[in-house]
Amino acid sequence: MSDDPNAFQTALALILGRDPDLIGIVTLSLQVSLSAVLIAALIALPLGAALALWRFPGRGALIVMLNALMGLPPVVAGLAVYLLLSRAGPLGEFGLLFTPGAMVIAQVILVLPIIAALTRQQVEELHGDYREQLASLGVSRARRIPTLLWDARFGLTTVMLAGFGRASAEVGAVMIVGGNIDGVTRVMTTAIVLETSKGNLPLALGLGMVLLALVALVNAAAHLVGETAQRRLG
Amino acid sequence: MNDLRRLPVAAIPSLALEGVGFVHRGQTLLHPLDLRLEGCHRTLVMGPNGAGKSLLMRLAHGLLAPSRGRVRWEGRPPRQAMVFQRPVLLKRSALANLTYALAIHGTPHRRRRPLAREALERFGLAALEKRPARVLSGGEQQRLALARAWLVEPEVLFLDEPTAALDPAAIQAVEAAVRDFHRRGTRILMTTHDLQQARRLADDIVLLYGGRLVEHSPAERFFADPQTPEGSAFVRGELVW
Repeated sequence: MSDDPNAFQTALALILGRDPDLIGIVTLSLQVSLSAVLIAALIALPLGAALALWRFPGRGALIVMLNALMGLPPVVAGLAVYLLLSRAGPLGEFGLLFTPGAMVIAQVILVLPIIAALTRQQVEELHGDYREQLASLGVSRARRIPTLLWDARFGLTTVMLAGFGRASAEVGAVMIVGGNIDGVTRVMTTAIVLETSKGNLPLALGLGMVLLALVALVNAAAHLVGETAQRRLG
Repeated sequence: MNDLRRLPVAAIPSLALEGVGFVHRGQTLLHPLDLRLEGCHRTLVMGPNGAGKSLLMRLAHGLLAPSRGRVRWEGRPPRQAMVFQRPVLLKRSALANLTYALAIHGTPHRRRRPLAREALERFGLAALEKRPARVLSGGEQQRLALARAWLVEPEVLFLDEPTAALDPAAIQAVEAAVRDFHRRGTRILMTTHDLQQARRLADDIVLLYGGRLVEHSPAERFFADPQTPEGSAFVRGELVW
């Protein structure tokens, strides 16, 4: 570390110099959060679409629950996964606690309700326009799921980016189930907490800047996708 | 247009609406009516706004279930298609809209594109195949909806005011398409506001007024000698819209 008292400049130097610690932490963060979003999307997209298309008893309660879970505090999700994966827990035998796998599981739980609830909204709205035409063509309800998901693709990209934003920004869940082990489960948010409390402000600030840039990038992408869809598809 | 492969006419089952009525939130939108449609006729459903024309189409096509009475095909239900006043197109290219309809109808994958291109050609849309369907003009969208219906090879085609929002050239294209469908052997059930259009296209006329079926006559007789006071007022253009 340099003796330069200006933490900001040091942080910049770490980023520009591709500091290996920093790179490792950023890479793991991306791996964990992207895997979580991918897995959550594979479940939540069809789930949300099905929820938009089928009427059944308890549907309203399920929708309310999904909406409520969008605001699930990450530490609570972390605690639940911790209890499941701890040695004495029902899934303890897999030895997943304090591994990146556990962090992915926790983030899937955080992201899945967001993607499912927003997908349900978007697909239901689109289906309002399509219902008569699809019925006229004789499209079965199960077949409508891929049709509507594809036709809502631009809106759903934004939904998935929102999920990624939540996953990459949360600290509570990955801290509890990952344990912030150096080189194993340390991600950007947990590292920032640790380095700040240690007084290592340059690394904390550097990570903060990368995180901020990432969030900005994600939002720019969401904006661009929306604009493109507007322009190209009317 | 001389490659019109005819569909077997005699085989189209008759459609019988028996005492069909429709009530929505305590309001009777369609009073019980009987109607029989058979053969390869072009039936035009006419009447003022709110007469129940669109409702009748949706009941006959099976998009809505009647509150009373029943809609019955005498024999197997035929292949059907419907063209709406505001065309509902998927957020995909013009070509993809057509291949989708073919996929739904079980056309093998490698035959979809050639068939879809042929239909685009027939409806004068060949140059637009890659364009997103939603940015086409109103007339082009309606022609694309007709092309999609064409690929379904319907034995019965429903059209709900397909020309209400179109300019004269687009209206002509739609009417030409309706004639093509008919020549191929498709039974037509179409609603319109336009008296002249009905004169040009109809074999027989169904007149609805205030949710009641007032008259169902062959077109020639309807226009020359309407059987009901509402019918004659309508033909003279005096029935308030």
